[in-house]
Amino acid sequence: MPLITYRDALTQALREEMQRDPNVFLMGEEVGVYQGAYKVSRGLLQEFGERRVIDTPITEEGFAGVGVGSAMVGLRPIIEMMTWNFSMLAMDQIINSAAKMLYMSGGQFKIPMVVRGPGGAAHQLAAQHSQSLEGWFAHVPGLKVVAPSTPYDAKGLLKSAIRDDDPVIFFEGETLYGSKGEVPEGEYTVPLGVADVKRAGTDVTIIAWSKMVSIALKAAEALAAEGIACEVIDPRTLRPLDEEPLVASVQKTNRCVIVEEGWEYSGIGAQLAYVIHRDAFGDLDAPVTRVTGADVPMPYAKNLEHMAMPSPARVVQAVKEVLYIE
Amino acid sequence: MASRVVMPKLSDTMEEGTILRWIKQEGDKVETGQTLAEVETDKATVEMEAYTNGVLRKVIAQAGATIKVGAIIAVIGAPDEDISALIEPVAPTREAPPPPPAASPRPAGVAPTRPVTLPATALRAAPPAAARDAGPGRSLRASPLALRMAAEAGIDLASLQGTGPQGRVIKRDIEAALAQASGAEPALPGGQPAVEVREIELSSMRRTIARRLVQSKAPVPHFYLTVDVAMDRLWEAYRALRDENYPISLNDVIIKAAASALKRHPEMNASFAGDHVKQYGRVHIGVAVALEDGLITPVIRDADSKSIDEIAAEARTLADRARNRRLQPHEYTGATFSISNLGMMGIEEFSAIINPPEAGILAVGAVREAPVVENGQVRVGRRMKLTLSVDHRVADGAQGARFLATLRRMLENPLLVG
Repeated sequence: MPLITYRDALTQALREEMQRDPNVFLMGEEVGVYQGAYKVSRGLLQEFGERRVIDTPITEEGFAGVGVGSAMVGLRPIIEMMTWNFSMLAMDQIINSAAKMLYMSGGQFKIPMVVRGPGGAAHQLAAQHSQSLEGWFAHVPGLKVVAPSTPYDAKGLLKSAIRDDDPVIFFEGETLYGSKGEVPEGEYTVPLGVADVKRAGTDVTIIAWSKMVSIALKAAEALAAEGIACEVIDPRTLRPLDEEPLVASVQKTNRCVIVEEGWEYSGIGAQLAYVIHRDAFGDLDAPVTRVTGADVPMPYAKNLEHMAMPSPARVVQAVKEVLYIE
Repeated sequence: MASRVVMPKLSDTMEEGTILRWIKQEGDKVETGQTLAEVETDKATVEMEAYTNGVLRKVIAQAGATIKVGAIIAVIGAPDEDISALIEPVAPTREAPPPPPAASPRPAGVAPTRPVTLPATALRAAPPAAARDAGPGRSLRASPLALRMAAEAGIDLASLQGTGPQGRVIKRDIEAALAQASGAEPALPGGQPAVEVREIELSSMRRTIARRLVQSKAPVPHFYLTVDVAMDRLWEAYRALRDENYPISLNDVIIKAAASALKRHPEMNASFAGDHVKQYGRVHIGVAVALEDGLITPVIRDADSKSIDEIAAEARTLADRARNRRLQPHEYTGATFSISNLGMMGIEEFSAIINPPEAGILAVGAVREAPVVENGQVRVGRRMKLTLSVDHRVADGAQGARFLATLRRMLENPLLVG
């Protein structure tokens, strides 16, 4: 199986879906001539032309609104946010129009729109450009929220998202674009709303998504050397959440650590912890523990930025806490 | 003016009580004489009444908690009164750890309560172990998983020292306890323990029995005297009375005989009191009655001066009330001597443990047919073994023997009973 980057896996998904369905088009800042700020749309302008790969001015609310309108009349827009930090300007279109249109129109208008782009901290992009905003969108009924951690999942999930008739918020990990993984040559999809076990284990369940999966796996590797078998589960879709495998895993391991790049307060992890307590309370040997980003605007200084983010060491520490080792 | 409600002392031996149920809830109006709560003592379930008017402002000891006598359990006061000064944290307790807070003289402002015997009800469900506390000031902590594992394995969480934060009992503590248990018992190939163990929560009564009899057997130097009593004539008389539908039992006769014998041997109708011996002028006989989960000894007062008829009627009533748990405290306290009869269970001979502070207890075996040698001839006779347990601090072998000899003579010559 070819080993390709997360970026290229996403490009494959876009190309295949645009080839498959002429109603699919891509719109955003620098997606065309510049080939994408993160080069995800490389070659697409040349292949599909400027009617389907559309460069926009810096007008997030405007082109997100164009996306909603075009979806209402039967197209399947893919809106690229250069980063999710800019999506704040488009919040009214995403939350007030895209998420609610099906409901408010009594089912007359579907919004088969994907809003995608990189999220989370990268390297020293400071407070305004280093945010994980999954929790903002997962809060809203009517939106589906996806956050793949591997090239395989990225391609399969993006294809499913494009084919979905509801607005899908698609978080790509900003530092994952260059990461490599095995991606099959042929056509495949990964269904929305299905979690995946990234590493099997019996002693503790670690739930992580997007970039945090690699942090969790590094921690699991270190803990394996100490004889602790971690099970790492990636929900892949944060809404709708595939609760059953998460609960089943905790019922097996009796302990749970949730790793989230975003802030702790009102984060996705709070919802996950609630689900675990609700359905696996009698199986818990320790309170569910969360490892999250520090409750601060992201510092610019490199050392402080590192300290503000979840690290394998912090996950190891949390695992030992729920195991009552330290 | 607001006043405290404290756990009342409902019997001489009561050191703590378990609140089964609050009848009044916080905010309810309360009048003197109304039932506040149901309390399980070491002997019975009783209703606790209010002795003051007002509003039940604060319930401090929740249902299920076991509280020492004298400890505050609630506050009654006027609806808008500031009661914060009266509220103090209550430390429920399972065992009776020292020292009992404010057990004697009652603090000022305490609302007294009076016991009323409760009709037998089904309100005896033991509170879950987790709801109780493991010791003074230490609340029992356990992870949900540990709670479940302990329940499934029948492990009393209070018996474990948790290794989690703040002493939380966690999975590994249960596993360690299970490993220890299975180490003591050979495991079968399937990993199943060889013996299935079911752990049963101690009732208040069983806890009392356990505590009091250890107080007896260990510190009271018991000795035992056994006689074989010829029962031929008494048996004949007893059968004759039975045929006349006289509702008396052999035990009633033994109670009467023992009471009469005690009257003649007051050294056995006594108790040890540290630096002196108390000898009692009246004879109150405690009669052991087996209950499903324990035993209790209702008392037949002045048994020496009652007729066998009276004793039989009283013994029957008391035993019924005991089995229905309707005995009032004065009906099971104050015995000066006890009798335990296992004859009807086919036991030929046994020795009983003294019920402190009494000086003796008589263990009565079954009347049986036995070969009797008289004038070189063997014939079939009826015999019964009596074993007297004596507190050696109070009486010696010869004194016990003399009492037994008198008792035997009476039983062998029924006309002497009385």
